[in-house]
Amino acid sequence: MRIDGAGLINRERRLNFTFDGHSYQGVEGDTLASALLANDIRLVGRSFKYHRPRGVLTAGPEEPNALVTTGLSGAQEPNVRATTQELHEGLMARSQNRWPSLAADLLSVNDLFAPFLGAGFYYKTFMWPRAFWERVYEPMIRRAAGLGALSGEANTDKYEKVFAHCDLLVIGSGPAGLMAALTAARAGADVILAESDTRTGGRLTAETHEVEGMPGHIWAEDVTDELREMDNVRILTRTTVTGAYDQGTYGAIEKLSPAMAARSGAPRECFWRIVARRAVLAAGALERPVAFRNNDRPGVMMASAVRAYVNRWRVSPGRAVAVFGNNDGAHRTAADLQRAGVHVAALIDSRRDAACDLDVPFYPGRQVCNTDGGRGLEAVSVAAASGIEKIQADCLAISGGWNPSVHLTCHMGARPAWDPAIAAFVPGRDAVPGLHPAGAARGRFSTRACLEDGIAVAGAALAEIDRKTPEVSVPAAEDGAYAIAPLWAVPGKGRAWLDFQNDVTVKDVKQAATENFRSVEHMKRYTTQGMATDQGKNSNVQALAVLADATGRAIPETGTTTFRPPYVPVSIAAMGAGAQGQGFAPRRLTTSHHASVKRGAPMIEVGLWYRPSYFPRSGETHWRQSCDREVGMVRESVGVADVSTLGKIDVQGPDAAAFLDFVYCNTFSTLKVGRVRYGLMLRQDGHVMDDGTTARLGDSHFLTTTTTAAAGQVMRHFEYVHQCLRPDLDVRFVSVTEQWAQFAVAGPESRELLNEVLDAPITSADWPFMACGPVRVGGVEGRLFRISFSGEHGYEIAVPARYGESLFEDLVARAEARGGGAYGMEALNVLRIEKGFITHAEIHGRTTAFDIGMGRMVSARKDCIGKPASQRPGLTGEAREQLVGLRPVGEVQELLAGAHLFTRGEAAVRENDQGYITSVGFSPTFGQVLGLGFLRNGRARHGEVVRMVDHLRGSETLCMVQDPVQFDEKGERLRG
Amino acid sequence: MVELVAKSPCAGLLPLNIGEVVASEVAPGAMTALAPYAGRAEALSQALEAAHGMALPAPGHSTLGAEGARVLWFGREMALMMGPAPDSGLAAHAAVSDQSDAWAVVRLDGPGAADVLARLTPLDLRAGVFETGQTARTELAHMAASVTRVGAESFVLMVFRAFAETLVHDLKIAMQGVAARREG
Repeated sequence: MRIDGAGLINRERRLNFTFDGHSYQGVEGDTLASALLANDIRLVGRSFKYHRPRGVLTAGPEEPNALVTTGLSGAQEPNVRATTQELHEGLMARSQNRWPSLAADLLSVNDLFAPFLGAGFYYKTFMWPRAFWERVYEPMIRRAAGLGALSGEANTDKYEKVFAHCDLLVIGSGPAGLMAALTAARAGADVILAESDTRTGGRLTAETHEVEGMPGHIWAEDVTDELREMDNVRILTRTTVTGAYDQGTYGAIEKLSPAMAARSGAPRECFWRIVARRAVLAAGALERPVAFRNNDRPGVMMASAVRAYVNRWRVSPGRAVAVFGNNDGAHRTAADLQRAGVHVAALIDSRRDAACDLDVPFYPGRQVCNTDGGRGLEAVSVAAASGIEKIQADCLAISGGWNPSVHLTCHMGARPAWDPAIAAFVPGRDAVPGLHPAGAARGRFSTRACLEDGIAVAGAALAEIDRKTPEVSVPAAEDGAYAIAPLWAVPGKGRAWLDFQNDVTVKDVKQAATENFRSVEHMKRYTTQGMATDQGKNSNVQALAVLADATGRAIPETGTTTFRPPYVPVSIAAMGAGAQGQGFAPRRLTTSHHASVKRGAPMIEVGLWYRPSYFPRSGETHWRQSCDREVGMVRESVGVADVSTLGKIDVQGPDAAAFLDFVYCNTFSTLKVGRVRYGLMLRQDGHVMDDGTTARLGDSHFLTTTTTAAAGQVMRHFEYVHQCLRPDLDVRFVSVTEQWAQFAVAGPESRELLNEVLDAPITSADWPFMACGPVRVGGVEGRLFRISFSGEHGYEIAVPARYGESLFEDLVARAEARGGGAYGMEALNVLRIEKGFITHAEIHGRTTAFDIGMGRMVSARKDCIGKPASQRPGLTGEAREQLVGLRPVGEVQELLAGAHLFTRGEAAVRENDQGYITSVGFSPTFGQVLGLGFLRNGRARHGEVVRMVDHLRGSETLCMVQDPVQFDEKGERLRG
Repeated sequence: MVELVAKSPCAGLLPLNIGEVVASEVAPGAMTALAPYAGRAEALSQALEAAHGMALPAPGHSTLGAEGARVLWFGREMALMMGPAPDSGLAAHAAVSDQSDAWAVVRLDGPGAADVLARLTPLDLRAGVFETGQTARTELAHMAASVTRVGAESFVLMVFRAFAETLVHDLKIAMQGVAARREG
């Protein structure tokens, strides 16, 4: 019910919204919760387990009951707290966890079975039969118990992530936070002030307190205006700090205003990572309920929330409001209600010595022991010596005291400390390095105390970063008493709710203690208390107080459960912002990328690179047709492939040759200028790390190439070896991978093709196999290497990358004119399998130089990385699985990479394993599948027929073992 | 005879003009990695000064020469000269590698340029911390990058040439986000 008075709303601007399909109106400044209450909607949700009717409990982010789903399809968002959802025109909200409707929820039948559904119910009930758990019980429970759901469609909203840096992060903008920010800002520090609400002020927006002689919220606005004018201050409203992490890093989630989020290109939410030299935690405190029978009816609400709805939103949650509390806040609630013209049905104060100066029915030393009503509160029962008195009320405001928001101080493992004076936990000392709690967050509850503390704590934080604190005077404000007398649970029969969200009662906690789940962490997991989306913000302290009582221990002795980030739920979409679709990982595109795509080539990912798989031509309906044709082109005329993705490292310096001798197992110091040599690099454990060619471009200038996948690893290895093992060598490395576009030109007609594009033609005499040197292409300085990964007469030609696309197009066109063309990764793979060349399929990390038949490359005349380790027993010899070539000889003409090899006639079991296949490809040259693999003592078994068995895919065949080089064993084509 | 056509890394992708921020491709001239040999940093600096009028920058900094020429600190024991073709004498003191085609170079200008970058890099870009002329090797949207402040609201960003499309893609989204917040 909306009541008269200004509040902090704009009645001129009316906003239409729907709840469960019905249309309503609210006003600008409303939350969904205040708008629902203004429309007298009290039933807003069903509880998790028992499907009990529930109403709005709080006015903040701790809300356990009023969870709704907003939006449709990809923009659907479940479990939105109505108390923090800003109302906007056209908002569509739906209640959750009910069927078929909120008012007539058939699953509320669960409530009747409550005696059977208590703590530990799952563990006791669904033990047998065992197979039923996954197939029957779990799906059934998941359907009955639950929250809202996602749509199952891809998220259509935009989210973003931002980094920010500051000297002082102030978390919360109540009296303490504002004064802390003001103090630091006037000291010239870079300040970020984070406030989860839409406006600054904290509790000042909800109370009638005056500060400096003006209404608190106006004072807060004035201070905020001053801060906003300062260049060194950044105010982030709608931003909740969710976690404290190492080195002064804080996570925060910002929900943009509906108006801003609706703009084109704007995100809906933003996840902030704020790095602060120091931080002030001025997050305030959360009011806690009291447990008593049926304290969960819609209409039962926190007293602080009632004040907020009345004062800020000018909404009365009821027509006759009873107030029940154990501290002076209850009296303030009654006073605010009276001032707003709302009927106060009763003020029940559990403190025996309480006095009241208000003209309301006053019940000192009494407790509410029960409530009546169906889908909403109708009456409260007050226990007295003479019996039970029922008071008609449709709203009950309760206050069990306040819990300082210590959460962030516990994110690095610290525990809060019990303060008996306020019957609450306060932050432990130095709990998070650099994070200073202030105000209500450390148990200073009066406005005056918060203002003072904000200044003092900011001063302490500033001193730590060597900044002088300016003189800041403390504004005049109330300094009233809190005067709490602890009350956790009203004794009596029936179910008294502690955790509204997970349906945990006092009885459940006591039962956990009875069944010896006495540790607070065990109690939590046995009862599920504090494990819902509110993470126990409304129930933790009361639950452990009940546990302490049940186990005969003190509260500090019982301790708290662990507070972990995030403080409020953070959507995964925000944390993964930007990573949808192509944002998932950077795309590294060669200069020929678009030319390849234009030719219809499907691209495959190699690390971050994209490479063409094959180049389909008209009439080709299967990749194998394209691949076979491309292999044939290279074998018969000429093919062109982009090989720019291979890593290229400039190795220069007086000791460049000595360095390469040390990192490679073979020798490079003997390489002549203008020549290329294949090299093999070992890890320190003696296994092969990578291979590639190295060209000597000058006396002290080498160009090393790596495989595409290992380029980064090799560069890192070079730096490691140089910096840590051989700092004595004067050598420098620069990656030039991106500087050069490089293309393989391979095939019998490769030289003829090159001579069409080179400014000066080359001859076989000048350019023998493994020669390299500078060339000019259309006046551009390039490099030519006579190397081959196909086994054919071939070259690789490199030009500065700006010319890459142009040269690729030109080479491919000329190759096509000769009956050749571009070839992709599939053909490249078949060509090298035919030739027995290895890739990382073979040097996969567990093979040695000996295994791949290159044992003699490990030079006997010098030391190198990995050499001693490679000579360990067991890394050479007959017991090793050695590289072999394979071709099927049985009826099944299929080889499968990953299949295992067995001696013919032996059972295909692990004990008889003889090796495995690493690479296979259909060779059009030989008209059958060829493979490479590793076979125990394989080099001595050429000519033997072995069994291939693929247990996974259910395939088996016989294959002939032979030399890995199956094509042109003498290398005549290569050198021709 | 073949005629090769040069294509810049961001050809067809830039400029982008969103809100008050402009992203445009820079034609930096020659780019040369200079890695001084052991004990030769000072000699290299003098040779640089003599030949190009720029000293070797300290870590995190850059030096300016004539006509927009610039030497960036580019990592451990490395600098990147942008602009002039390197004097042949430099090779006596340092490993010299041509990088003219290796990097996409993009300039980001306008109010909010730092806000755009805050969506892409963890670098502290506050004016008092990262001043004009300062440079960093850092991460930019999961890419290894170089970021240099060249003015109060101007930055030069560099990523590997092959990442140009990703850089522009991610810049565009960040620029849209910033523009949406700043309008109105």
